[in-house]
Amino acid sequence: MNRWIERQRCLVDFTVSSLLRRRGKNLGLILVYTAIVFVLASVMLFGQALRREAAAVLSHAPEIVVQRMVAGRHDTIPTAYLDSIRAIRGVVQAEARLWGYYFDPGLSANYTLMVPTDRVVEPGTATIGHAIARLRDARAGTPLFLLSERGKMHKFTVAATLEPDSELVAADLMLVAERDFRSMFAIPADAVTDITVSVRNPREVGTIATKISRALPDVRVITRGDILRTYEAAFNWREGMVLVLMVGAVLAFLILAWDKASGLSAEERREIGILKAVGWETSDVIRQKLWEGALISLTAFLFGYALAYLHVFGFDAALFEPALKGWAVLYPRFGLRPSVDAFQVGTLMVLTVLPYILATVVPVWRAATIDPDMAMR
Amino acid sequence: MIRLNDVTKVFNQGRHNEHRAVAGVTLDIEDGRVTVLRGPSGSGKTTLLTLIGCLARPTSGRVRLDGRDISSLPERFLTEIRRSTFGFVFQRFNLIHGVSVLENVMLPAYPLGGDHGALRRRALALLARLGLNGKSDARAEWLSGGEAQRVAIARALINDPRVIIADEPTANLDTALSRAFLDIVGELKAEGRTLILTSHDPRVCEAPVVDRVVTMRDGELVRDLVEA
Repeated sequence: MNRWIERQRCLVDFTVSSLLRRRGKNLGLILVYTAIVFVLASVMLFGQALRREAAAVLSHAPEIVVQRMVAGRHDTIPTAYLDSIRAIRGVVQAEARLWGYYFDPGLSANYTLMVPTDRVVEPGTATIGHAIARLRDARAGTPLFLLSERGKMHKFTVAATLEPDSELVAADLMLVAERDFRSMFAIPADAVTDITVSVRNPREVGTIATKISRALPDVRVITRGDILRTYEAAFNWREGMVLVLMVGAVLAFLILAWDKASGLSAEERREIGILKAVGWETSDVIRQKLWEGALISLTAFLFGYALAYLHVFGFDAALFEPALKGWAVLYPRFGLRPSVDAFQVGTLMVLTVLPYILATVVPVWRAATIDPDMAMR
Repeated sequence: MIRLNDVTKVFNQGRHNEHRAVAGVTLDIEDGRVTVLRGPSGSGKTTLLTLIGCLARPTSGRVRLDGRDISSLPERFLTEIRRSTFGFVFQRFNLIHGVSVLENVMLPAYPLGGDHGALRRRALALLARLGLNGKSDARAEWLSGGEAQRVAIARALINDPRVIIADEPTANLDTALSRAFLDIVGELKAEGRTLILTSHDPRVCEAPVVDRVVTMRDGELVRDLVEA
């Protein structure tokens, strides 16, 4: 074992000296390599952190949401539907919700207006998300003016701002009183936006959703799993979009890496001949080149991944935020919780480190099988 | 004792550019002596040296080292014999550029995986013995011809081989450096090592330290001259 370790130590020593000979070229390669790993890892870390964040937020979301559809579009739902839903066996609770979107033409931003069920909002006041507060420079006591469906101006006084922890989905949220909401959007008293449903046994969510669909044919039933899948799809799509944009850069790097790794110069071939002549076996030469490839690619991987981690969790992915994060003008501003997924690290490593090492070894293997007597000629 | 029996080496066999570099050479090389293979360029002396030093296999014939036939051994075993038995000083010294003199000297011992500290001390001692104190950190390409050759000799000695093979060792040296080289040959011979050199330099062939000169032409032995 000691002998093996000493042997590897000798090979690594020589590899480092060997790499330092072409310092400029190798440093350039490591820099480009690091940049590629940095971008890929940033996208992966950011996407994963957002998905985790969304999943955490959605864990408090209702198990089932029931919405009425008219001509394939979401419409208000009569409050009478509440009784039909409550009558279904397995339903613990059915609650009406009032929410909608408001487009602020001054800021070209969408707000989500909602009547909360867990707190009381005094008529004429509003509790707003941090993004709205930031954009409108609003704090408790600041008046906000919103234009209603009928062209009437509504005045709200900011009562409070929402906790930043919930900012991913609450950044653009504005909580208002039921009376104000109905007046703003001209919604009659016997109608609501949608209905949330809680079930006794979470394993029966699917069955109850089917029962609701059968009982009320004009509704759409959305389960928490459906919402989670939609978020996943949205983030995956964004991630994919960035990755597709990166394909050009990745290809350019692959060409550079292939050229560096696979093209053995006459000098390198001569060196291999000398090493074999002085007693190195073909396997020793390949092992040394493996170390060379591993040192370059692992250095780039570690630096790239560490920088990506810092970028995503230290600087909130400042470079990719607009592409990956907000789906509205009001980009949520919140710190992502640091997390590293071993499978993801492994995948990235297989995609970036392994091809480079293989590209290094194949031509060396071919060159190393030449007769050592070339050193004499 | 190294014994060659009817050894032939043909390059590009069966092709239009087939070349018979060594043709039916039979030769015994005794231990502890200095043997010079002499001949003009293209006479086959370097090829014969590669066959003796396990750098290549003969096309036909037998090469025996201490009675053991090594002419048809697989590459792995040939490498092992080459590493433990032979030390090489190449014509252009073949040092690896860009790395230090010390590292160049230590290179042949790396695959053995011995104690790194001990190896380093051994390499430094060899450099000191060959008058290269203070050059251990210098890069190989910064050395003069004489220094480069002494580094090549140190590298050849790092695994303590009993046979030293040198191809045209004085081809790139002036008279003073050639004399210095022959002094080193004398020291190595005194240690009981076998030395096999190729040269067409009269300063080498006629040196008192040389025991035997074997003349070659067109891949064959012409004359075997025992001088001492």
